[in-house]
Amino acid sequence: MGFLQNFLNKFFKNLFKKKSHLKLGLYGPPNGGKSTLANRICKDWLDEEMSSVSNIPHETREIQIKEQINIKNDKGKELTFNLVDTPGIATKIDYEEFIKKGMKEKTAKKRAKEATKGVIEAIKWLDDMDAVSVVLDATKDPYSQVNITIVGNLAARDIPVLIIANKVDLKKANINKIKAAFPQYEVIGISAKYGKNTKEFYERLFKLVG
Amino acid sequence: MVTFQFVPHHEIEDLSSAKRVNKLLNIVKQNKIVLLEGRLRKEEETDLIEITMEEISKSKFKGIELSVIYPEKDKFSGVKKVRQGFVNMLLGDRQGLTIIGPASVVKKIEQNPDNIELFTQEVRKSRKRNKR
Repeated sequence: MGFLQNFLNKFFKNLFKKKSHLKLGLYGPPNGGKSTLANRICKDWLDEEMSSVSNIPHETREIQIKEQINIKNDKGKELTFNLVDTPGIATKIDYEEFIKKGMKEKTAKKRAKEATKGVIEAIKWLDDMDAVSVVLDATKDPYSQVNITIVGNLAARDIPVLIIANKVDLKKANINKIKAAFPQYEVIGISAKYGKNTKEFYERLFKLVG
Repeated sequence: MVTFQFVPHHEIEDLSSAKRVNKLLNIVKQNKIVLLEGRLRKEEETDLIEITMEEISKSKFKGIELSVIYPEKDKFSGVKKVRQGFVNMLLGDRQGLTIIGPASVVKKIEQNPDNIELFTQEVRKSRKRNKR
């Protein structure tokens, strides 16, 4: 039943899909740098920011969309897409963790509640994506089940995936570990914060959806 | 004390996706760690995360820690791979083991990748650590 539903969804989506409405989703666990990358893309091509960023997990608790981003490469090729920055996907959310980061109880509880809704929203949006960049923190263990579940789900839906090993500016970053965890996917190391290797990232986007 | 509950695959194979996820989550909500024979379908793993979030927002439940140990398909030969795929399609995926623990009990599960370490939460200032 699930298979049939997926097939029909994909069939009708492809039937009415226009290139100008291509949706590129940024998915991944909290604090991987999805919003930092979204801001980097928007700064590079629109000269403006998109999302707020923070060291406290679950800063992005609602889907953020920036429409009609047009990127160009050295060969004059152009790509227009709608960028979708999603809340970090987690299997647990505890307001006490936010209190430990200095938040008041009421604010922490509100943040936790919004964060749970954000995860649900992010999962529901998976079906709407035409391509996804899974943004992982290259300093952390990539073998988390959340990462594996996200990537496995995208594969099951035939959505093209590019894995971003973010934060390569940090000493602890280990891109090879991420490559070993996801050998069947293209992995690119970048620093969204400092703009390192973003040119190669844009080239990979052309390959991903071009 | 940490309680593990083994769930053989035949106990969930006739259930709908929603009932499978709810059955496992109900055990976890009793503060037990589920050891499921095999694995859920990929979309069911996402459903598990989604329903977990719904449970967190309406109760004191803090969520889950989830890990799946799964034999690499590349290690199978061609014939075995096809045969396994056919069996999985008919009966569900009985390969591997799925571990689902309540976040109030399980601090983290590290997978590296064939070896799993399960760390439990600190209880009354004494640190408990179970290694598998």
